[in-house]
This record gives sequence, structure tokens and C-alpha cells, in this order.
Amino acid sequence: MSITQRILDFFKKKSQIIEEVENQAKTKQEKMGKMTARQRIESLLDKDTFHEYDLFVEHKAEDFGMDKKFLPGDGVITGTGKILGFPVCIYAQDFTVAGGSLGLAHARKITKIMDHALNLGIPLIGINDSGGARIQEGVNSLAGYGEIFFRNTRASGVIPQISVILGPCAGGAVYSPALTDFVFVVNKISKMFITGPEVIKTVLGEEISMEDLGGARVQAEISGNAHFYADTEFECFEQIKKLVTFIPWNNRKKADTFPIKPPKSIKTISTIMPKDNTEPYDVRDIIKAIADDSDFFEIQQFWADNIVIGFLRIQGETIGVVANQPMVLAGVLDVDSSDKAARFIRFCDSFNIPLLTLVDLPGYLPGIDQEHSGVIRHGAKILYAYSEATVLKITVIMRKAYGGGYIAMCSRHLGADFVFAWPMAEIAVMGPEGAANIIFKKEIEGAENPDEMRKLKVQEYTEKFANPYKAASAGYVDAVINPEETREYIIHALQIGINKQVENPKRKHGIPPF
Amino acid sequence: MENIQGKIILDNTEYKTNLTKNYLNGKQYKKINSQEIRAFIPGTIRSIFVKEKDSVKKGDELLILEAMKMKNRIFAPVDGKIKKVYVNIEERVAKNQILIELE
Repeated sequence: MSITQRILDFFKKKSQIIEEVENQAKTKQEKMGKMTARQRIESLLDKDTFHEYDLFVEHKAEDFGMDKKFLPGDGVITGTGKILGFPVCIYAQDFTVAGGSLGLAHARKITKIMDHALNLGIPLIGINDSGGARIQEGVNSLAGYGEIFFRNTRASGVIPQISVILGPCAGGAVYSPALTDFVFVVNKISKMFITGPEVIKTVLGEEISMEDLGGARVQAEISGNAHFYADTEFECFEQIKKLVTFIPWNNRKKADTFPIKPPKSIKTISTIMPKDNTEPYDVRDIIKAIADDSDFFEIQQFWADNIVIGFLRIQGETIGVVANQPMVLAGVLDVDSSDKAARFIRFCDSFNIPLLTLVDLPGYLPGIDQEHSGVIRHGAKILYAYSEATVLKITVIMRKAYGGGYIAMCSRHLGADFVFAWPMAEIAVMGPEGAANIIFKKEIEGAENPDEMRKLKVQEYTEKFANPYKAASAGYVDAVINPEETREYIIHALQIGINKQVENPKRKHGIPPF
Repeated sequence: MENIQGKIILDNTEYKTNLTKNYLNGKQYKKINSQEIRAFIPGTIRSIFVKEKDSVKKGDELLILEAMKMKNRIFAPVDGKIKKVYVNIEERVAKNQILIELE
């Protein structure tokens, strides 16, 4: 064969796998309202940056007629490319090839690109659309999953890992996304569960639709498995692109610096804050008043929304924010909000992203349900995460900081580098109503008019303790500041703290209250 | 993803705030009554070893509840007398369904 012939032969081989498969895939996926695996990669990555590897990989399974089956690419596309100029490793499962089922060759293509991502120190993006294990391959298929989980764990905190659920993701398959840092779901397309509605019906006699069991909304709102929810695949890819701009390539780097843009929010902080300290407000308005361009990229927006987490930039630098949300459940800490915040704090700490904590909470949520669901164990996670974090930690106490909640929200005692408080701050063991009833129990009960006496004592306590000055006099608060100066104080703290170097004691790893 | 307006009371202070779906769907606490034997898992009753008015001692085997391909032996948690057997052999039961009542 001449060189020209060999090259022509190669084109034919390649097009057989790519074009023929793609044409069939388009028809099948379109029917389900989905893009093909290749379309997904191409719409997510910068134009013409995708380089595919392992196109000619074939499975070696022989049982159950598998020896006669040719599965192009073994049902997964892998390669490298760029998103807004950021390098990434990527894989996308192809549901139209044997249901995107995971056989050993399929898994080995994924583990190979994962190893690549870890060695090269660049983010990994996995697009999941698979019916699950390839049953014909038996334990080899399970081995494949295990090898993926092992790598997800090894890469955790070294490179950012992103999972996109664009189809079914059932059984063992859900655990790779669960081990990664960010999970993206799309309405009507994403489905995640360990056991599907069929099994639940036969084994347990409970009837539920796939959507109600593990659809996108459920994962984004009820279970908290998903971090980002979108209505379309296109919107989902836009979210991923935006996320990538906020995070570094790996844990040895810092996130990119962007041009400085002042906040465009016209509302000043003092106009956002209600007069009465039991009135709610949207803490996201405060974040926007501080952020560059008033741009706040929220994570897990719909789940445990009594705490708000996400990224913003200040003077062009990425900051991770954790803020109590008085608008939801009065901003209390509970099982879910502690989980949500703790994981985010650990992400920021792993990837050198400074943490800003905005405090306004009346404490931990009381209740039998909370106690029995393990609010002690879950609540401890946030203490652990903050104490362990060695990145620059800046805390602003906006209003209420009571009891355990005060300690947990990155107080000086958990290693905050800078603690600022607004003049409206109330730093105390509990709110005046509760405290006065305990401290002045005898006086109130013994009074001629107990209600009058209670009011008097509540007022006395409020004047004495419901302010930032007791904490400031102890040095637990570094500075009481005008709310409108908050951004300026944060900018200064970031500049001063740029070279912060603190090491945790040497150990194999800590034992967080998982 | 709409939250419901409501309030939360903490340390005698009432806070106006929205309530989440998960908060409103929280489990209601029910005191455990050890005289009521309930299914701890949904499944099928395979054998029943007692009948009404039988006296049982703590630890006596009462029935077999098969679930997840496992035959679970259910024992009497306390001494007592069988007041009522609510299920039959081969009956499918839901989680927390009452199976046997003691007195």
C-alpha cells in the first residue's frame, strides 16, 4: 500500500467510527431530547480544541455473544481540550452504543484519561449518560467502576473534578459523580438513583416515577447530590464554563486573576439590612454589594438554602463565600446546611481559594428530627472544616452571632485571620429574650408584674450584651466597621494576607466526622 | 423550588423567615412502643410461630419476615401475651406496618 493509500484507509476507518456512529446517535438522542456525546463535548469545549484519544479501543469480552459485537469506541469518547482557554481532560459516555454501558474497555478509557488529568494537573470533566454496568462482562464491569472510584478519590483535592449527568446514572455509576467536586444536572434529562423505580416496586411495593425518585429537581433540591441545576444542556454548559473561570487548574496553582470591576449593585448595605433584627433579608444582596461587578456564582442554590455558598471575585481574585441566609429558616445551621458548608470550605481550602464568611444566625435548629438525624455529627463537620482550613479566612459578623453558631461560623477561635463586625452585630450566648429569662428568672418570677419585669430585663441585657463591643473588648473581633467599608476591609485583608503560610500538624490525614 | 413563608422560634424569639420543603417534610417523632412489633423493612411474611393468647418470653421467635433475599427472624422484645396477630403467611407488608401486638 502506498502512503497515500494508507492515509486514505485511515480516513475511512476513522469516519466509519465517528460519522456513521454519530449519524445514528443523532436520531436516537434527538428522540429523547438529548445531544450526542460528541455534540456535548464540542459545545462545551472551545471550537476545534478537542483532541480525541483511544478511538480504536475495542472490548475483549466473549461471553453471551459479545465476541460478535463491535461497539465503536466501546461507548465512551475521551480526550483533552480547552474551555475558555483552560485545559481540561474530558470523557462523555455514548448512550447509543450498548446503552452507554460500562464494560472493562470503556472503564479503562476513562481511567486512562483520569490518570492523564492527575498527572498533568488539569481539571477532569465527566459527562455521564449510561444504563449502568455491562452485565455481559460480569465482574470485569464492576472492576471498571471500582477503578474509577479509586482514581476519583486519589484525585480529590488535587485537581478539580466535575460531573455532568446528562441521562440515566444508576447503581454503581452514581458514585463517581458523588466523589467529585461538582455535579451538574439538567431538567428532564438527568436521573440518578441507586435502585430504580422497578426494583423499588418489586422489592418494597412502593410506586414512584423516575423523575420523582431521582430527577434533576430532586437531586438539586431534596437530596443535595447536585450542585448546579439547568433547564437545558446548553444552559448547563454555560454554567460549567463559568465555574471553570473561578477555580485553579490544580491544588498547586491559584485561580486566575480577572480585571477589577467595582460592584454595580446600587443598594448600599445599610438599606438592605432591616431595622428589626428578627426581620429577614436576602444575604445574596449583601454578597452582590461586595462582589466585583456584583457577580455572585451560587452553588447548591436550591438545597439547604439557609446557608448560601459560592464564588465571587474581589479585586479580580476568586473568593469562596459562606453566608447565613436569614431569609430561609432564619439562617440557622442544621444537618444539611452544615454538610453543604463544610464540603465547600474543604474545596476552597484544597484549591487555595480564600474564604469569606458572612455571619447572621440565631444558632443551630432545635428539634427532635434534627437531633435524631445527627445534627451533632453533621454540625461538627463545619467546625472541623473551618478549623482545618489554612487558606486566608475573613469573617464579617453582620448581625446575630449566637452561641454555637457564633463559634462555628469561622470565629477567631477556629482560626479566622480577620474578624470584622458591623455596629449592628450581636455577639452573645443567645438572644436577649432567651438569655434574660434564664439570668433574671428569679427577678421576673418574683416581680409584681412579671411581664413588665421581663421587658425591662430583656432591654437591660440587649443594651449590655447585644452588640459587638464585648467581643471587641476581648480581641475576638479585630475591628468594628461601617458596613459600607466592608469591601475595602476585605480588599486590604486579601492584600495583607496574600502570603499566608500555615501548616497543619503532619499526619496521614485527619478524621473528620463524616 | 418555592419556599413557604413562616416563622421559627428560637430562645423565645420569633423570626420571620421562609421554610424549606425538607424542613416541612421532616420526620414526625413517634415514641417506640415495644409491645407493637412492626416491620423494620418492607417484605413478605414467610412463617408465623405464635397465635393469639399465646404467652411469649423475651427472645422467643415470633415470625419470619423475608426482605432483600434475607429471612429475618423477628423475636419478642419483651415478655407478654399475644394480643393480636395482624398478618398472614405470604402477606406483603410495608415498612413500619404493625405485625403483632403484645399485652
